[in-house]
Amino acid sequence: MADTERPGPAGESARGPDRSAGATRLFWAAIVVCAVLAPLDFFYHKHAELGFSGSFGFYGWYGFVCCGLAGLAARELGRLLKRDEDYYDR
Amino acid sequence: MIASLPPGLLLIVAALAIPVLPDALRRAWTVVVPAAGLWALIALEPGTYLGFAWFGAEFVPVRVDKLSLIFGYVFHIAAIVGAIYALHVRDTVQHVAGMMYAGSGIGAVFAGDLVTLFVYWEAMAITSVFLIWARGGETAYRSGMRYLIVQIVSGVLLLSGAILLAEQTGSIAFDRMALGDLATWLILLAFGIKCAFPFLHNWLPDAYPEATVTGAVFLSAFTTKAAVYALARGFPGTEMLIYVGAAMTAFPIFYAVIENDLRRTLAYSLNSQLGFMVVGVGIGTPMALNGAVGHAFVSTLYMALLFMSMGAVLYRAGTIEGSELGGLHKSMPFTTVFCIVGAASISAFPLFSGFIAKSLTLSAAAYGGYAVAWLTLTFASAGVIHHSGMKIPYFAFFSRDSGKRCKEAPLNMLIAMGTAAFLCIALGVWSPALYSILPHDVDYEPYTPSHVIGQLQLLAFAALAFAVLIRYRIYPAAIRSTNLDFDWTYRRGIPALIGVVWPALWSAWQGFLSALAGGLRAGIGAAIRLAGPEATLARTWPLGSTTLWVAVLLGGFLLIYYL
Repeated sequence: MADTERPGPAGESARGPDRSAGATRLFWAAIVVCAVLAPLDFFYHKHAELGFSGSFGFYGWYGFVCCGLAGLAARELGRLLKRDEDYYDR
Repeated sequence: MIASLPPGLLLIVAALAIPVLPDALRRAWTVVVPAAGLWALIALEPGTYLGFAWFGAEFVPVRVDKLSLIFGYVFHIAAIVGAIYALHVRDTVQHVAGMMYAGSGIGAVFAGDLVTLFVYWEAMAITSVFLIWARGGETAYRSGMRYLIVQIVSGVLLLSGAILLAEQTGSIAFDRMALGDLATWLILLAFGIKCAFPFLHNWLPDAYPEATVTGAVFLSAFTTKAAVYALARGFPGTEMLIYVGAAMTAFPIFYAVIENDLRRTLAYSLNSQLGFMVVGVGIGTPMALNGAVGHAFVSTLYMALLFMSMGAVLYRAGTIEGSELGGLHKSMPFTTVFCIVGAASISAFPLFSGFIAKSLTLSAAAYGGYAVAWLTLTFASAGVIHHSGMKIPYFAFFSRDSGKRCKEAPLNMLIAMGTAAFLCIALGVWSPALYSILPHDVDYEPYTPSHVIGQLQLLAFAALAFAVLIRYRIYPAAIRSTNLDFDWTYRRGIPALIGVVWPALWSAWQGFLSALAGGLRAGIGAAIRLAGPEATLARTWPLGSTTLWVAVLLGGFLLIYYL
């Protein structure tokens, strides 16, 4: 199934990064918050309930990888599972 | 007077009055009755009530203990909030169905025996389906029908299991069971259907998004949580449930990502949340059960809040397709804020209700040494960003401007959402409020630097991944579509299989019949040739040869006799 980009405001290109206000704000806000939170690992004693969860930056990389991979996997899954809207009505 | 009625039955009986009440009184009635029920429940002392014996079985219509009470409280709160949310609705059917459904859910969690449980179990199914059918149209009708069939099957399995169990043990009491024989498996399967276990889950994302704006709010609260209660009551510490639950937390996330209907996204999200509770029940330690039950409590509230906010969008914008929405925060600022509160709660953001409950289950999994389950739950905790955490608010209210301009949600909806949002924050900030009503004593501090910073990092980096996927257009495009799920097997697969197999069976049967007819014809022909009027056996035999044959026969008989 082709990636049919939903039409944005007039003149906006469907190629390259999504520079709409919402996506841009979200992107930079996430970078700033992560940049603040990541170094906190230096400053407190971790009470790790499972050994590996106390390793440096575990929650950061695990969250990023999980969420990233889930998005990528779902994208592939979508190719496999997406049908027309009226699939079951035909 | 109110206190003498079993919890839940008050709502069911009071719902019967709704059709005859004048409009203004009816509105008040739908809110006041569940409030009165809650008030009566708070005054109720733990114990069993109204027990009676019938046909040699001990019925316990009402059992009140800490486990049933916490579900009773939250079901009443959900009924009140749902009723406020539905105040503008003029369709009497929905009001009656909603209140009866809430009453059935409440009744189910106070049922002390399996037969009473069965009665409320089926009542939930029958009352709730009207909240789907009330939407009108062919799609809602068919979806409701599928929903009803699945729910009724669950009830039938429960009753079958209960009867078998009564045969074996002589008791219909609903207590902890050891999974082993057919009876307990049937009961677990019945619970599993309503709890939306993997492969038994399709009724949930199928039906809930087809319900009315207000109906979906009621639906999100009762059926699945009653099933969680039933699991916590009947099968705590059943290890299999850890893995079933872990799978449940993870796989709906992928569907949530590609789903365009935002209420269906929420349905998958609800499914994932139920997984956490099932894991908690599976671990079965006091801490894990507290986590499961506490999670059910807070999740009922924030799922209702999220369904309310998306309902408000559907009500005002006329669509709930992610591909059609975006930029609504300008038109619906309050709804946006309430939705974000719900999103923060489900994401277990510190100071919101999800955090204090989910932490219990995660810690219990870690203490129990269930590393794989813990990693899966943590994956699901990050993946929440993909459904309710960021996707829902982002696609509905931010994202690129759809150009839609609509009115803010009606006042009653805002009050209902505000109430739920307030509770989500209050519980998150003041954890003892929840911890004091959990079934087991709690010795747990959710707000330690480890928990808070770890959770914040998890969410922030998950959100970063989401933002990167969005920015670089890797995130699956929002398009109108149908996503195949396991329900394909019974909506298309099995019918198609029947389409192929049935003609083959039919022609085989036809072949068999014609072969049979041919065989019979040949047999009859042979018989006619042998014994017909012109045949060998019909000839007149000479007397001498007849006598000879008789002598031979007699001789043979004599020989056999002496042998």
